[in-house]
Amino acid sequence: MSETAKRRNILLDGLEQIGDAGLFLPTLIAAIPRSMRYFRETVRQLWFVGAMSLIIIMTCGLFVGMVLSLQLYHVLEIFGGTASTGTVVALAVYRELGPVITALLFAGRAGTSMTAEIGLMRATDQLSAMEMMAVDPIAFVVTPRFLAGVIAMPLLCCVFAAMAIFGGHLVGVTWLGIDNGTFWSNMTSNVDVWKDVVDGVLWKGLAFGAVVTLISVHQGYTTPPTSEGVANATTRTVVASSIAILALDFVLTAFMM
Amino acid sequence: MTQRRSHAVGTGLFIVLGFAALAYLATQTTSLVNVSQGASYTLKARFTNVGQLKNRAPVKLAGVRIGSVQSIQLEPAKLDALVTMSIDKRYNQIPEDSSASVLTSGLLGDQYIGIQPGGSPNSLKNGDELILTQSAVQLEDLIGKFMVNGSSGDSKKK
Repeated sequence: MSETAKRRNILLDGLEQIGDAGLFLPTLIAAIPRSMRYFRETVRQLWFVGAMSLIIIMTCGLFVGMVLSLQLYHVLEIFGGTASTGTVVALAVYRELGPVITALLFAGRAGTSMTAEIGLMRATDQLSAMEMMAVDPIAFVVTPRFLAGVIAMPLLCCVFAAMAIFGGHLVGVTWLGIDNGTFWSNMTSNVDVWKDVVDGVLWKGLAFGAVVTLISVHQGYTTPPTSEGVANATTRTVVASSIAILALDFVLTAFMM
Repeated sequence: MTQRRSHAVGTGLFIVLGFAALAYLATQTTSLVNVSQGASYTLKARFTNVGQLKNRAPVKLAGVRIGSVQSIQLEPAKLDALVTMSIDKRYNQIPEDSSASVLTSGLLGDQYIGIQPGGSPNSLKNGDELILTQSAVQLEDLIGKFMVNGSSGDSKKK
């Protein structure tokens, strides 16, 4: 009995969180015009979530490209198709790996710190203090972070994909000895600008950026004002973001195919 | 103030880097590379079967890419495929008795149009049609032929 009650609670909690986050989105978007007054804050957030994430994104992109190239070369060798290594690396990175891994890293690096920061503001009553001073905490704290995340994610995806191509080229051509011209010409004749680069990297990056930052700021804003509450909210941000990214990725891919 | 400025500079650098990466992906790693071929003229060819030929497949002469397939349509009156190719303006001295065939790069590669030059002194002009064509070789047909030949050979021996 208690077991079923608990399970139902988890289910209900999850649904409540989703619904609450969904309701939070219009509030947040409605605050965009008001948050333009705090444009500097948006730039500062963009610096924090975007520019400061570059190192981790670039390193991971490089290694993902390198390992993809290494694996694919040895598999494609069986069929005598090593010439298509570049194509497969590019397609895999543009369509799936680029946006998904970038979003997962983004959730871990930027999402958690947003949740913890806003959660701590809530726990230490800074948000209430802002309201007292007639500063709208949504417009000053939440919306700039959301905007920064939405702008930063597609750009980070592009950087990740470019580094992955570079890594794939490094391993495939420099190390394993695929012909340079074959590598590029196979890639350029099979990768499409709209279907792969724009749909894959840009739109998916944008969608994941919106979802991850929405979850992060919502978890931070609604966190119970205790240290345990902040810790739980940070954990939930990572768990919920990861599930949302992978589930949304399947849905988006199904629509784009 | 300096702190603020360094934020702005870092953000600016990040945005520039992001867009540079996007421009690199879009222009250097996709089919856009082949689109920017400058001035071109069109040639036509009819095939009874184009096989797996796709739009934007390369058109090659002596193994060198000289253009790409623009469109593939079914000609309702003759029930054959009309392939329109756009050829780079630089290669405007293709003899008019050249022939076109649908070839495959490698055993399982993509299909492309290969042009075998003829010997005529006159060259093809914009909108001209290549009369001599050879359709795609269907692997299934080939296998079918081998099997039929093989079995008939066996029956003769018996």
